[in-house]
Amino acid sequence: MSESGTSPAVHARRSDLVRGLLALLPAESVLHEPEDLRPYECDGLSAYRRLPMVVALPSTPEQVQAVMRLAHRLRVPVVARGAGTGLSGGALPLEDGLLLSLAKMKSILAIDPVARTARVQPGVRNLAISEAARPHGLYYAPDPSSQIACTIGGNVAENSGGVHCLKYGLTVHNVLKLEVVTVEGERLTLGADALDAPGYDLLALMTGSEGLLAVVVEATVRLLPTPERAQVLLAAYDDVACAGAAVGAIIAAGIIPAGLEMMDNPAIRAAEAFVHADYPVEAAAILLCELDGTNEEVSEQVMRVRELLLQSGATEVRTARDEAERALFWKGRKAAFPAVGRLSPDYYCMDGTIPRRRLPEVLERIEALSKAYGLPVANVFHAGDGNLHPLILYDANRPGELERTEELGGRILELCVEVGGTITGEHGVGMEKINQMCVQFRPAELEQFHAVKAAFDPEGLLNPGKAVPTLHRCAEFGAMHVHGGQLKFPDIPRF
Amino acid sequence: MDQDLSRQLAERVHTAQAAGMPLRIAAGNTKAWLGRPVEGETLDVAGHRGIVGYEPTELVLTARAGTPLSEIEAALAEAGQCLAFEPPHFGDAATLGGSVACNLSGPARPYAGACRDFVLGTRIINGRGEVLRFGGEVMKNVAGYDLSRLMAGAQGTLGVILEVSLKVLPRPAAEQTLALEMDAAAAIRQFNAWAARPLPITAACHDGERVRVRLSGAEAALRAARRKLGGEVVADAEAFWRSVREQSHAFFNGSGALWRLSLPPATPVDPILLQFIDWGGAQRWVYSEPPPWEAAAAAGGHATRWRAGCHAPSPSGGEGRGGGAVFQPLPEGLMALHRRVKRSLDPAGILNPGRLYPEL
Repeated sequence: MSESGTSPAVHARRSDLVRGLLALLPAESVLHEPEDLRPYECDGLSAYRRLPMVVALPSTPEQVQAVMRLAHRLRVPVVARGAGTGLSGGALPLEDGLLLSLAKMKSILAIDPVARTARVQPGVRNLAISEAARPHGLYYAPDPSSQIACTIGGNVAENSGGVHCLKYGLTVHNVLKLEVVTVEGERLTLGADALDAPGYDLLALMTGSEGLLAVVVEATVRLLPTPERAQVLLAAYDDVACAGAAVGAIIAAGIIPAGLEMMDNPAIRAAEAFVHADYPVEAAAILLCELDGTNEEVSEQVMRVRELLLQSGATEVRTARDEAERALFWKGRKAAFPAVGRLSPDYYCMDGTIPRRRLPEVLERIEALSKAYGLPVANVFHAGDGNLHPLILYDANRPGELERTEELGGRILELCVEVGGTITGEHGVGMEKINQMCVQFRPAELEQFHAVKAAFDPEGLLNPGKAVPTLHRCAEFGAMHVHGGQLKFPDIPRF
Repeated sequence: MDQDLSRQLAERVHTAQAAGMPLRIAAGNTKAWLGRPVEGETLDVAGHRGIVGYEPTELVLTARAGTPLSEIEAALAEAGQCLAFEPPHFGDAATLGGSVACNLSGPARPYAGACRDFVLGTRIINGRGEVLRFGGEVMKNVAGYDLSRLMAGAQGTLGVILEVSLKVLPRPAAEQTLALEMDAAAAIRQFNAWAARPLPITAACHDGERVRVRLSGAEAALRAARRKLGGEVVADAEAFWRSVREQSHAFFNGSGALWRLSLPPATPVDPILLQFIDWGGAQRWVYSEPPPWEAAAAAGGHATRWRAGCHAPSPSGGEGRGGGAVFQPLPEGLMALHRRVKRSLDPAGILNPGRLYPEL
């Protein structure tokens, strides 16, 4: 989707914008030469590329406000960006728009070990919060696998999850307060240092709004005490349905694992070949079950889960003997995406959620679709919360294969909706799944989304064209074809 | 008894919108007193009831708004599960819809999460009389804006809640409550110190004289935690926590104006005010004649006028608490945004107008 050349109108707007920005920011914080813009042309979904008109890198909330006021006065659309690890094209720039990078705002402003909160700027990396909290025996719970790179501002925009969200929740459950800047440049506080705030829960509305409602300039997040102990079990199955039933049995027994992950045979083989985690490569599926809590709680639960796994037909159950083995069990899972990536020139990662009990049926139908399209699919599954990541293997150099991949991906998402699930569990809609929004929501619901958007941004200047399709677009659903996804940062573990 | 009145209710809203007729949404009337009085035709949602889906292994329950909370809790108990946010009932007729609309949570709130944290999806009628569905019945769902959670605490001013899908959790294997003698200031320090350690605490309050702290989990875990915490085991702890949740505890029998303060949990105690500290320090109940707006805001929190003097919350409801603000005044910029959000869902301003703020 590269853009070649720019129109004279864009050229004139660019001059106005650059001049205005240079009055607000130091020269090195305003980028407008093509070679400087290049690093911003895409996010983690690198098949969608577009050069922004200008990039601004403010370093204070006041600068963000000033930049937003300027953009608003010039009616220039704005796309906010954190680390650019997003997987749905949410930070894809606009050729006539300003890309607002929050990367320079990366200070941890305060760690309060007594009230157990961290106050941070939006460009602070997810993992950096836990690292700063560690001396106090605390950590920040949501752990998207890109956590070494992704930033809290982006986490808020996407309502990021992670491996531990069945027990510890998503970003929305772990953020107390946001300082945001509106499209007009006004600064507002949503939420509070207390557990709730008066008025509407705009904090929840803001979380997961994909940069369409306001720009986060500061976040206060909740910190939790690091669990005393974590233990992980690995169970192998020769039948995917049995593995699915085991998950139900664990939960029915009153146990909420800290993490509960499933991989199917293609994913197991790929991971094993890549990281040698000693996975049983003949298994139809493996389950990884992590239990955490107090020493006593974990000891008791490990015994019960072991029993339940055996009863559910596991051909083998292993308990990690030490921290090194626990890390090894996880290593294969965490490397699953890049591992699958080695099997094929390209792969496309889907992100649907389904009611867990429908898993065997959904996997069967994905397999049938995979055969029909002649494209292999490996499945990685956050089994605890029903979030399925089918990875479609393809070769973009083969004519037509990209288009078939996108079509297959779309069919899989529609299948998720059909069984009562959703088109995106944690990666967001962005550009990527905007057509499938037409499948999940009816016109009146989409119109309601647009009305809410207009309450924040009446002229539609914040990240326009993402997350919520126009009804017109839904009517033309299917007409658009873009290049299927390649992951940027292939070396970052992802879920 | 179970019935789906979605269509009839939506028609009522549609008609009311066309006529510009305000509606006062009601069901069990157990929380009518919470909020400013609403003038309008009553839209009774109580008949729209029934659990429409409950799959214990999925940890999700979906029910219509008029379903009695007690019916939901009984169904969950049968499968060994619960609403982990411990919603206060304030009367036998309490319904799911009212509980979510008011976003009330019991003693477990700081440890388990608030009502809004457990909302996975809703079906609502907006102010145009359209039936809309947001979120869903799965744990993770980031498609579209989170309008479901927005309904929690909006007290019906943004939509008539028709149906809610909630995340539910297993009941803990065992529970034990310990009592420790200490003053309020020491209790605040203790609550925060405990919360920073990996202890299985699920409730902590101070009634003016002593701390009560609840532990939940495996028996062995409770024994180990008790060794660390000390204190005496409380008999009939369930009744105690119920009295805190339902405000039948003696503290709440006072005749003065009762305020709820939601504060950062380490906020020092005010030595002058008579208070009951819950939520490990984050929720404090005080009797005060002058409104404590400024003090609450200065501490980083907010106040709610829970009831005026000589007016106990009663299951039969009532006319609210007369004039005066109930909820902490909002800064102007934020209020302007609230007005626009309200208009986006209820353009004619017919849904529970004025219940939260006169402007909404």
